[in-house]
Amino acid sequence: MITITNLYKSFDKKNILNGINLNIEKTSSSVIIGRSGTGKSVLIKCILGLITPDEGSIEIGNNTIFNKGKFKPLNNIKVGMLFQGGALFDSLKIWQNVSFYHIQKGRNKKFCSNNAIHNLEKVGLDKSILNLYPSELSGGMQKRVALARAIALEPDIIFFDEPTTGLDPISADVINKLILDIVRDIGATSITITHDMASARTISDKIHMLHEGKIIWEGDKHSIENTENQNVIQFINGNSDNKIN
Amino acid sequence: MLNITGSIGSVIIFFFNETGKFFIFFVSIIKALIGKWYFKNIFTQSIFVGYFSLPVVALTSFFTGGALALQIYYGGNQFNSETIVSSIVALGITRELGPVLGGIVVAGRVSAAIAAEIGTMKVTEQIDALKTLSAEPISYLVVPRIISGIIMLPLLILFADIIGIMGGWFIGVQSLGFNGSVYMQNTINFLEISDITSGLIKASVFGLLITLMGCYQGFNSKGGAQGVGRATTNAVVSSSVLILASNYIMTNLFFT
Repeated sequence: MITITNLYKSFDKKNILNGINLNIEKTSSSVIIGRSGTGKSVLIKCILGLITPDEGSIEIGNNTIFNKGKFKPLNNIKVGMLFQGGALFDSLKIWQNVSFYHIQKGRNKKFCSNNAIHNLEKVGLDKSILNLYPSELSGGMQKRVALARAIALEPDIIFFDEPTTGLDPISADVINKLILDIVRDIGATSITITHDMASARTISDKIHMLHEGKIIWEGDKHSIENTENQNVIQFINGNSDNKIN
Repeated sequence: MLNITGSIGSVIIFFFNETGKFFIFFVSIIKALIGKWYFKNIFTQSIFVGYFSLPVVALTSFFTGGALALQIYYGGNQFNSETIVSSIVALGITRELGPVLGGIVVAGRVSAAIAAEIGTMKVTEQIDALKTLSAEPISYLVVPRIISGIIMLPLLILFADIIGIMGGWFIGVQSLGFNGSVYMQNTINFLEISDITSGLIKASVFGLLITLMGCYQGFNSKGGAQGVGRATTNAVVSSSVLILASNYIMTNLFFT
């Protein structure tokens, strides 16, 4: 479904992505783990076309969307994204946020409102918040609304950037389960980046560890517990002794 | 010596880098003008730029008109002053003070607000979110603001011209003992359409500069709250300087 070959990206002469090779299978749930600042967000922003890589190629489906320094538009494949901070539009009401994609497509207010109610129900929220603004909601609720917005366009591929960051353990678990249910429900391919191992274990079919701009380990959530890769062991145990080089 | 050369080199690189970035930004706006227009956003922004700027522009113009009347009366020849005060107030307000002061006041209000809003959207990833939801940020955020600036500034300045002249009239009648009807008749007789239209053309250019600077600085903000603050300051300073510089160029074009 998604094939990334030799992807490089640097900022101010600092290499962030250093030859990424990655294959994501269709309808799978992949999780990319790694320490802060290792380029996880840069990687998914490159796939989304929000950041232009320096080198390499990105294929989605049968389309090469990035090659030789140029992006091509992604036709017939819809992509959703849950941003780390939610990135809700604070000047718009909740229903306008959730149905933003459909509003852009010129669908009428009734359709958009019903679509918002339907997707808010999927993330466990009711229609009483439809006419509120994002700033009137708690952090956990904002994250759910952002999730509802990401799934409202019925994406073929959905990206989650640190979906549980800043949430208490119970809210984080709620979000993890929602992600799992929703991804299965809509049959999307999902890519999640996180450094929350509980989240990775809950939602992943396959885990990829990013370190120094490269994928240094790949495997399923069971095999990660038995790996002998010292970087992975140190990361999953959260051990700060003998810091990862 | 090496340090001085290095500093000069850095400034030159910075200048060309910023000029290049601004040119790319401007070209992307021109391209977006051919694409989708968000009429609802244009309307919302027009209300913000025009309607909500009315009080501050009105107050500025009124007091400017009044102060100008006093200056001309006490600073000049008080003989035949009724004709001179009314005509110079009308000319000064419509050609220069209305557009320039109105433009600078709106720059302080609108350019800062645009830079802060777009800057916050940038640092909170809302602009990235727009892209993932099939909305082109330049079309959705920038074009409506620029169109509203170009349209609403002349309307605001037309209003400012009327209020400014009324300020002069009010001071003339209340403080200087002029006959109100004669004052207004002198103003109408002296003013030409070209005096008003030149001010309105200036206002339209100022509207473009104010919104363009706000959007550009907002789009290029980075680094959280401090970055947004810097973008806001840069937007106000750059738009104010550009208003004054472009005013000189346009005055030179229109009246020499």
